Amino acid sequence: MANGSGRPLSPHLQVYKLPLTAILSITHRITGVGLAVGTLLLTWWLVAAAVSPEAFARAQGFIGSGFGLLLMFGWSAALYYHLCNGIRHLVWDAGKSFELSDADRNNRIVLGAAAALTVLTWIVGLAVW
Amino acid sequence: MASNTSDLRSPLARVRGLGSAKDGTEHWWGQRLSAMALVPLTIWFVFGVIRHLGADYTAFHAWMKSPFSAVMMILTAVVTFHHAHSGLQVVIEDYVHVEWQKLALLIAVKFLSFALAAACVLAVAKIFIGA
Repeated sequence: MANGSGRPLSPHLQVYKLPLTAILSITHRITGVGLAVGTLLLTWWLVAAAVSPEAFARAQGFIGSGFGLLLMFGWSAALYYHLCNGIRHLVWDAGKSFELSDADRNNRIVLGAAAALTVLTWIVGLAVW
Repeated sequence: MASNTSDLRSPLARVRGLGSAKDGTEHWWGQRLSAMALVPLTIWFVFGVIRHLGADYTAFHAWMKSPFSAVMMILTAVVTFHHAHSGLQVVIEDYVHVEWQKLALLIAVKFLSFALAAACVLAVAKIFIGA
């Protein structure tokens, strides 16, 4: 132990290197807040479609612009991460997978699945666009 | 009863099951239920968005004129705002410790969530009805 006493250290955030599981945990919150902000674009998109062809073309134009695509990439990655990690949270809520070895394995599954789904979505999306 | 003599709660408190936060597990359960509902809704939404990338007004309206699509879009919007609101509420309660700021944020997020959800529902309904 770093304090030389052999006793466990409190995970003080400024001196404690967060394990991957903890980083993924706070990432779940950060992506959740980011996705909540994304509901503004969802609302604009749906309302524009209800207003007029010009308004909808503006919204679609923004989404298809360079900045819009960058936002969409971020939101798609955040959505898949939050979805995959959310399912993992539901497994925890069911009282399963609390062993450290389970957590380590599920870290990799969540990150791998979120990355794979994001890349797959963009390959399919850019192909059909 | 005799098996649990260390329980300091009164029988009434135990039956109510509301705990120290006074509202029991309702918020927690609502978050989980909306999360479960959002798994299929999100998958539907992502597929729908991909199929309508760069769609024009007419194509988008054709999509939302299908009763199934309109219902799914309304459910996606409503459950998303419910879930986002519950999540933001927890984040605010955890990190904002100045009472008036916490209250102001909680109220703002709640009002905004309802307003945006209402706008989404009306938009889809308007397209579906063709008004």
